[in-house]
Amino acid sequence: MNVDAKQMKKIEMQEYQNLVDQIKPKPDILKNSVWAFMVGGLICGFAQVLVNYLLSLGMSRTDAGSAVSCIMIFLAAFFTGIGVYDELGKRAGAGSIVPITGFANAIVASAMEFKREGYIFGVGARIFSVAGPTLVFGFAVAVVVGLIKVFLSS
Amino acid sequence: MPGFKKKGSQTVVFEKAPVITSWASIVGPKEGEGPWGQEFDSVLGDYLYGEDTWEKAEKKMLREAVKLSLDKRNLQVDDAEIILAGDLLNQTVSSNYAARELARPFLGLYGACSTMAEALLVGAMLVDGNFFNRLVSATCSHHYAASRQYRFPTEQGTQPTPSTQWTATAAGAVVLEWAGVGPRITAGTIGKVIDMGQSDAADMGSAMAPAAADTLKTHLNDLERLPDYYDLIITGDLARVGMAIAEQLFIRDGLSPKPNYSDCGVLLYDEKQDVDAGGCGCGCSAAMLCGPLLKKMQKGEINKMLLVATGALMSPTMAFQGESIPGIAHAIAIEN
Repeated sequence: MNVDAKQMKKIEMQEYQNLVDQIKPKPDILKNSVWAFMVGGLICGFAQVLVNYLLSLGMSRTDAGSAVSCIMIFLAAFFTGIGVYDELGKRAGAGSIVPITGFANAIVASAMEFKREGYIFGVGARIFSVAGPTLVFGFAVAVVVGLIKVFLSS
Repeated sequence: MPGFKKKGSQTVVFEKAPVITSWASIVGPKEGEGPWGQEFDSVLGDYLYGEDTWEKAEKKMLREAVKLSLDKRNLQVDDAEIILAGDLLNQTVSSNYAARELARPFLGLYGACSTMAEALLVGAMLVDGNFFNRLVSATCSHHYAASRQYRFPTEQGTQPTPSTQWTATAAGAVVLEWAGVGPRITAGTIGKVIDMGQSDAADMGSAMAPAAADTLKTHLNDLERLPDYYDLIITGDLARVGMAIAEQLFIRDGLSPKPNYSDCGVLLYDEKQDVDAGGCGCGCSAAMLCGPLLKKMQKGEINKMLLVATGALMSPTMAFQGESIPGIAHAIAIEN
């Protein structure tokens, strides 16, 4: 392809992109944001109620936090298992992805999906197919932050 | 004499147009609830079809659709001299494994969602070329099998966009014969792979629309026809977004196929069925063809139809490597 033909193709592609941008419906940002805010808020609000309840029983703040994380993960896994969480996610988007329940959903959904390929090459190998990046970069950041702390405090 | 039946740049015209003597469609529950639910031969009660995985269910749908298409004409599987089939899954497993069970000579094809037209085009050439007397062209897709391969695990809570399409759970099979009673495949246009740089995995319609427009324009030019030659020009699975874009491209090319233009992806589902832009998948155009469309041709409500089946040649691997999504479209003219 000579330079002129390349240039023509580029212009043609840009014109096509303009047409697509003009016609393609935009996601309803307002509606999606309201849903995300409400659902995300309800999930976090419910967790806060649990934290307060455990604190009132005399549990330490650290223990209450850990216990509530476990409860929320269990609930998300349960609702993923009975096929409810994905229906919620369709409407709530980030509202149900960002809290810890979204992380649990990603792992359980993968485990359920790949169980049919067996426990080793299915569940074992692919359970983190969606959540893996969060773990990898979460660990990486933890290591960096840990190192900074070591150097600052020495 | 080479190039004897080729007309123009990309079109073939059949000398003794092969006859569509029988056809069959099997669809999933959601497609059964759609506006054309009554027109399909069989509607499944659930997505597993008595199997234990989505992939096996898809394979069974294809196998049963092939059997049913032959059975409707009182033929046995062994009466099909060759089977042409393809699907969306890696290594086209549904077709390969269905062919294993059907135990007939088999050619596997891949044209993403354009596979039905590709199988009919190749099939018609094989019959018109006097290689075979009778063959079956078939294809299928399964919503959940495609979803886990191309997108996310089925139970993951992800949010679709307005341009997202719903992969149809559907299979269609067509019996093509050298002689018989039924609509005939008179011509076909083999499409080029066209890529206009679209890379949104949640918008296949925009990736495929340029290919549909190119194939339609080439088909009409090659045969020196106007759009109104056809009672119906129907694209495969552009859905609402892709169809709106395609219409603009047609106008740019000086064609105005309206009011005889529609799209299988738009027709297959009701807007209330929560499918966003509409349907997609090999089964989308296959089921619409082997359900309502060929029935309408049989009744004489449509006499000349051009099916422009569209395919997004999408690969998650290539998408992650930064490539855009190429599209392809093949056209077949079916006439009474």
